Amino acid sequence: MSAETSGALGAATAPGAAARDAGTARYLAVLGVLAAVLVVVLIGAATLGPYRLSPAEVVGAVWRRLAGQPVERVVETVLFNIRLPRIATAALVGASLAAAGAAYQSLFRNPLVSPDILGVSTGAGLGAVTAILLSLPVFAIQLFGFVGGVATVLVVMALTGSLRGGNRLLTLVLSGIVVGALASAAISLVKVLADPYDQLPTITFWLLGSLARITSADLRAVLPAVAVGLVPLVLLRWRIGVLSLGDDEARALGIEPSRLRLIVIGAATMVTAAVVAISGVVGWVGLMVPHMGRFLVGPRFDRLLPVSLLAGAVFMVAVDTLARTMAAVEVPLGILTAALGAPLFVALLARGRRVWS
Amino acid sequence: MTFTRRILLRLAGALVAVPLALGAAAEARTVTDSAGRAVEIPDVVTRVFAAGPPAAVLLYAVKPEAMIGWVRQPRPQDLPFLIEAVRNLPTLGQITGAGDVVNVETIVAERPDLILDFGTINDGYVDLANRVQAQTGVPYILIDGSFAATPEALRLVGDILGVPAQGEALAAYFEAALAEVDRVLATVPAEARPRIYMARGATGLQSGTRGSINMAIIERVGAVNVVDSTGGGLVTVSPEQVIAWAPDTILTLDATFAGEVAGRPEWQTVPAVANGRVLLAPDTPFGFLDIPPSLNRIVGLYWSLTKLYPDAASFDLRAKIREFYELFYHVTPTDGQLDVLVR
Repeated sequence: MSAETSGALGAATAPGAAARDAGTARYLAVLGVLAAVLVVVLIGAATLGPYRLSPAEVVGAVWRRLAGQPVERVVETVLFNIRLPRIATAALVGASLAAAGAAYQSLFRNPLVSPDILGVSTGAGLGAVTAILLSLPVFAIQLFGFVGGVATVLVVMALTGSLRGGNRLLTLVLSGIVVGALASAAISLVKVLADPYDQLPTITFWLLGSLARITSADLRAVLPAVAVGLVPLVLLRWRIGVLSLGDDEARALGIEPSRLRLIVIGAATMVTAAVVAISGVVGWVGLMVPHMGRFLVGPRFDRLLPVSLLAGAVFMVAVDTLARTMAAVEVPLGILTAALGAPLFVALLARGRRVWS
Repeated sequence: MTFTRRILLRLAGALVAVPLALGAAAEARTVTDSAGRAVEIPDVVTRVFAAGPPAAVLLYAVKPEAMIGWVRQPRPQDLPFLIEAVRNLPTLGQITGAGDVVNVETIVAERPDLILDFGTINDGYVDLANRVQAQTGVPYILIDGSFAATPEALRLVGDILGVPAQGEALAAYFEAALAEVDRVLATVPAEARPRIYMARGATGLQSGTRGSINMAIIERVGAVNVVDSTGGGLVTVSPEQVIAWAPDTILTLDATFAGEVAGRPEWQTVPAVANGRVLLAPDTPFGFLDIPPSLNRIVGLYWSLTKLYPDAASFDLRAKIREFYELFYHVTPTDGQLDVLVR
C-alpha cells in the first residue's frame, strides 16, 4: 500500500518538471494524481483485512448495496459495519489533521508547527483519559475528548488575551506550550491513578491513536464538527494565504489579521478536536503531510490546503490499513505514523531544499 | 421464537427433512446476562470467543470444546495442565483488559456463536458490549466476575453454553471451598489473622487496594491487606511505604521477585522478608491468587488457608488441588506435579 503511494507521489514530480513554469498546471496535475492515488488506496484498503474478501466480492457487494439488493450477511457485517466506516474515518482523520496542520503552519509562518501547537490534542487526551478513568461509555469518552480539546485552546486564548504587549504570536505559542504541559502533567496523573490491569492499557492505546473500534455512528457524530471547521478554511484559503505574507501586507489588501487569525484557530481547533476525539492522539500527520504538500505545490495556502486534504487522506488510509492487517492484533496508529513518517520526512527534507521559501 | 415462526419451521420440516435440522440449529433463545441485558443466543452454542483472560479461563473450565482461541498464548509450562485439544489453538487477542487488541473483523471471521466476557460490570463494559454486538452481529454476554458472585456466574454460563451439570459441579466445588474457609476462620481469632502484602511484578512494588478484584481472595481468607486505600484497583507503591506497612506475610505470583527479594537491601527490614514469610503461589496453568482474576483463584482458597493457618487447616491440600484440576482443568496432575503445586 505504502509502496503504491510513494511510487505515485514520485511519479507526480516527473511530469511536474515539464510544467515548472506553469505552477497552475503542476498544481492541477498533482491534485489529479493525488485523487487517483486516493481512489486506488481506498479500493485497496477495502479489499484488505483479516476477513478475506476478494476485490470482486467487495465491488460486487458495494454494487448490490447501491442497487438496493441484499448482500450476504457476513459480507454485509465485515464490509459495511466494520471495514468501510473505518476506512472512511481514516480518510477523514488524515485529511482533517493535515488541513489543520497546513492552516497552523501558514498562520504561524513556521513549518515546525503541528495541529497540537495550542494544546488541542493534549487537552483532548486529558478529557478522554479522564472519561476512561471514570469507566464511562465510549460516547462519553469521545465527548470528553472533544470538549477537552476545545476547552484547552480557549484557555490558551484567554491566557494570551490577558498577557498584554509583546509579540502576540509568540505569546500565543508560549501560552499553548504552558497549558499543553499542564495538560500532559494531568494526563500522567490520571495514568498513575488508573487501574494498570483494566484502564491503563485503554488509556495508552487511546493516547497512541487507533481506529480499531470505529463504527459508522462515530463517523456520523463528528462529521458536523469537522465540516464546521473545514468549510471556513476552504472558503478563506486565499485570505489565509495572504496572511502568511505578513500582517502589514494583509492589511494593505484589506484583511483584518487578528480576526482572520481567530477564525483560523477556531476552525483548526474544531477539526482537530473532533477527529482526535474518535481516533485518539495520532501524531505526525499534521506536521508532515503539509510539508509533503509544500514539496509538491509550494507554500501558497490556496493550493496547499486541497493537496494536504488529499495527501492526508491517502497517508492515513494507507497507515490504518497497515495497522489492521500487518499483525493478528491491532497496531496503534501513533507508532506507525512515526515509524513511516519519520523516514519519509527526512527523504523529503533531503530532496526539497527550497520547500518553505 | 414467535408462534408464526414455529409453524413455518414445522411446515419446512414437513416438506424436507434437512431444513428442519438447519432451522432448529438456527433457532434462538433469549438469555439475561449479569448486566441485565437481554441477549438472543443460538440454542446450541459450539463456538465461543472469550473477550479477555478471565473469560478464557471460565470458558475452558465450563466448556473447553467451545474454545476457538486463546486471548494470550499459554506458556510452555502451562501446557501439561491443559487438555490436548486446546493446546494449539490460535492466539486471537482480546477485546477487554491489558494486552493485544483484537481486530473486529477477526471476531467475525472466526464465526463465533457468542462473545463471553467475565469481569467487572460497569457502564463502560456494557457500552463496549453493545457496540461490538451491534457491529459484528455476534451476541455479547457479560458475566459478573466478582469473587462472591462466582456460583451464580458458573450456573448462568453452564446454562448458556448448554452444560448445566458442569456449571453446577463447579459451583458446588466453590461453595464447598467457601464453607471450608468459614470453618477454618471460625477457629482463628481476629488478632491472629496475618497482615499481608500482595507483591505483583518483578519489582514487587505493584499491589492491589482493599476491595479490588485482584485482592478478593486474600480478603476472603481473612487476611488483612496492608494496602489500606480503597480505590478498588492496582496501585504502584514505594519500598518505603512497604516498610511502613510492615506486613508479616508477603504473597506473590512472581518467581523473580520471590527469588530475589531476600537479597534486595530495601526489603530487608520488612518483617515478612526478615522472617522468610515470602510465599510464592503456583501459577500453572493459571495463578492461584490472581492473574487472571478468574476461576483459577478458587483453588487458591485452599492453598492460602494451608499457608496462612497451618494449624487450623485440617483438609488434604493435595486432594483438593487434584480435585480442582480434574473438575476445572480436565486433567489429573501427576504426583510430581502435585508436589510442586502444594509447595
